[in-house]
Amino acid sequence: MNFDDSAEEAAYRAEVRTWIAANAPDLSHLTAEERRNWHPRHKEVARAWQATKADAGYACISWPKERGGAGGTAIEEAIFNQEEARAGVQFTYFMTGLHMLLPALMEHSSDPASLAQVAPAVRGDTIWCQLFSEPSSGSDSAGVRCAAVREEVDGVPGWRINGQKVWNSGAQAADFGMVVARTNPDAPKHKGLTVFWTDMKAPGLEVRPIRMMSGDNELNEVFLTDVFIPDNQRVGEVDGGWKVVISTLMNERAALGSGTGLNWRDVIKLAGETPSFDGMALDDPAFREWLADYYVQSEAIRLTSFRTLTSLSKGHAPGPESSAGKLLWSSTTQDMTSVVLNVLDHFGMVDDPEIAAASGAFQHRFMWSPGLRLGGGTDEIMKNIIAERVLGLPGDIRVDKNVPFRDIPHGR
Amino acid sequence: MNFDYTEDQKSLKDEARRYLNAVSPITVVRAVLEADGDGCDSGLWKQIGEQGWCAAAIPESYGGLEMGYVELCALAEELGRALAPVPFASTVYCFAEALLAVGTDAQKEELLPQVCSGDLIGTLAVSEGAGVLTPERIATRFADGRISGAKVPVVDGLVAGKAVVLAAADTGPGLFLVDLGGEGITREKVSTIDPTRGEARIVFDDAPAQPLGDGVDGIAALSGIEDRAAVLMAFEQLGGADRCLEMARDYALERYAFGRQIGSYQAIKHKLADVFVKNEVARANAYYGAWALSTDAPELPLAAAAARVAACEAYWHAAKENIQTHGGIGFTWEADCHFFYRRARHLGLVIGSPRDWKRRLATRLEARVAAEVD
Ligand SMILES: Cc1cc2nc3c(=O)[nH]c(=O)nc-3n(C[C@H](O)[C@H](O)[C@H](O)COP(=O)(O)OP(=O)(O)OC[C@H]3O[C@@H](n4cnc5c(N)ncnc54)[C@H](O)[C@@H]3O)c2cc1C
Repeated sequence: MNFDDSAEEAAYRAEVRTWIAANAPDLSHLTAEERRNWHPRHKEVARAWQATKADAGYACISWPKERGGAGGTAIEEAIFNQEEARAGVQFTYFMTGLHMLLPALMEHSSDPASLAQVAPAVRGDTIWCQLFSEPSSGSDSAGVRCAAVREEVDGVPGWRINGQKVWNSGAQAADFGMVVARTNPDAPKHKGLTVFWTDMKAPGLEVRPIRMMSGDNELNEVFLTDVFIPDNQRVGEVDGGWKVVISTLMNERAALGSGTGLNWRDVIKLAGETPSFDGMALDDPAFREWLADYYVQSEAIRLTSFRTLTSLSKGHAPGPESSAGKLLWSSTTQDMTSVVLNVLDHFGMVDDPEIAAASGAFQHRFMWSPGLRLGGGTDEIMKNIIAERVLGLPGDIRVDKNVPFRDIPHGR
Repeated sequence: MNFDYTEDQKSLKDEARRYLNAVSPITVVRAVLEADGDGCDSGLWKQIGEQGWCAAAIPESYGGLEMGYVELCALAEELGRALAPVPFASTVYCFAEALLAVGTDAQKEELLPQVCSGDLIGTLAVSEGAGVLTPERIATRFADGRISGAKVPVVDGLVAGKAVVLAAADTGPGLFLVDLGGEGITREKVSTIDPTRGEARIVFDDAPAQPLGDGVDGIAALSGIEDRAAVLMAFEQLGGADRCLEMARDYALERYAFGRQIGSYQAIKHKLADVFVKNEVARANAYYGAWALSTDAPELPLAAAAARVAACEAYWHAAKENIQTHGGIGFTWEADCHFFYRRARHLGLVIGSPRDWKRRLATRLEARVAAEVD
């Protein structure tokens, strides 16, 4: 075991660091407001950066060249990601597509037209969104009611889709979506699902933004009314969609579990500048004790991601263990923001970017953090996965297995 | 022993709940949030003033109803539950208590009757920016009847007519009465995590000011005022935390996942049971604080710190787990869950964060043990 770079890895790291320093976008001319996710100016910077990386062979490094990648190794990709994060130029817009959905597309589809969509996404020319959750199907992600029925239009075999999706991050800006639909309501619920990808501009598809409690608008409802999807855009087998769903969810949790956003360095900086009792907050023994606890947890998230990486580099898919990282990251983030508000004392409530500490970044995160504990699988579902799939404990008594989907009890 | 509200107090509380349900439904809170203005529903404030609630604990000699502090706690609990967007806490728990605690007779006679009727909104201006303000760091200065400096955030600072301001003077830190409508004052709105409670940045530029009381030690006086406010505020927090638990319980009964009510999963049951236990910890400590406040017991400083620490924790926990229980719906603007999440942290910071109060609590525990040894 070691964390040191080999000679080649070190050389690669040095090369990448120099390249990033020379090419990374400069965010300093953006205002605090413009530096927020989904601000058009912020998004434009991210898009340009993605293209610059792709042109230089630094986007999706481990993917094959014909898919827009660089045919490199998973380790190289990880090194690049670390350096990118270190330089503060990592953006989230393309993650749903690149970390979650397109790996599943490449794994489960052999259709040339479908696979041709991958390379433009790598360049950041297209954005993908995930159309899985529904009003009555969130944690219960196999409880999908959105229906797909076979139909042929102008000699093209395909599917007619009707239903509603919800909580779709980035759907307002997405070009393509991956959608799960029920193709057989008489089969038990995991057995009647099929996955497709769709153009977000397809007739009958309507996106309505949802305002979140943080005031941001990047979640959406998506209504599908008689949307036609050609059969070549099916991902995986008919009624075999659950397998595809699982591979995207595992990818998602591994990606979320690697933890991004404000970290212990930001906390130390703030605590070192904030007066408290006899000195600065950073001098306060109780704060230091909390900081140590916070560090070991967040560092564990980072180090665990190396273990995931080691297993990826040996060709294994991310397993249920990554649920621990996702769980830790979301709950420590909420706790951390609340501790920072306490450190700021009365002033912790101030979120005005012009005067707030760290331009209000901690307050904004504070208002976002409840969403981190829900999106990508809730805390409770992560714990169930750890208990049942890692520890082998018996599952809850199920009333929704081995009965036709249409007979399962449901409420609101 | 009777460690509970009396029948009369219970009926006062029931009546207050009915009244607030009628005049301050959650739609009023949402309207104030979305207006993003001064964080106050002035019509509602007027009605509450007319009900005499501001006068509940103020002595008759100053125009009050002199009902008692337990009665005021009962009202606070209901106001907290309703998230009423009015400057009640600043005016009644902080400003009026400051006057009662250290004001001169003349100051009390002039101002308390106006507080009783709801005509005067008052507040306490302490914080000057990030971090805990210790006596040595106070930058606002008082000299020769004038005050200069800046305070931020000041709760209800946009709507308040008068403030009690903590400032340094040649004789040491003191509390000063300032007319916020007078000369030398500029105030601007400051945006915060809870727009249903307005906050301001107030700049004093040689503003006329008079010492509150006579030869008062500002730091000791402030600490005593905050103790009284902490107990009253603990009831607001408790009211909010109880409401969160009810919302979560109701939702857990109606929402299904995997063919079952989510309330049938132990993860949700235990979550809500944990919220319940924290709320009971808060309730027990708040009641003890109410007793100490209403009897002016020497235990008040310790009881107040305990009430505050427990109430801050309970409300924060209840508010965040209420969202969690609601799933994605709970994270939306459209759901009401975030009002409580905002208010929980607002109330947890307003007279100093739990970090600070835990230190006060430990110091007071030490003092108590030392006193027992003597
Ligand atoms: C910020 C954010 C981004 C998102 N992005 C996307 C996206 O891009 N695409 C997409 O399709 N979806 C997305 N989602 C949806 C997300 O996956 C769901 O919100 C989540 O799975 C929870 O589902 P739900 O909201 O229906 O809550 P529910 O499933 O109704 O859960 C309600 C509560 O019950 C608990 N619960 C449910 N089942 C059990 C059980 N068996 N045992 C114990 N407790 C249980 C939950 O943990 C939760 O506390 C996003 C959500 C958020 C908040």
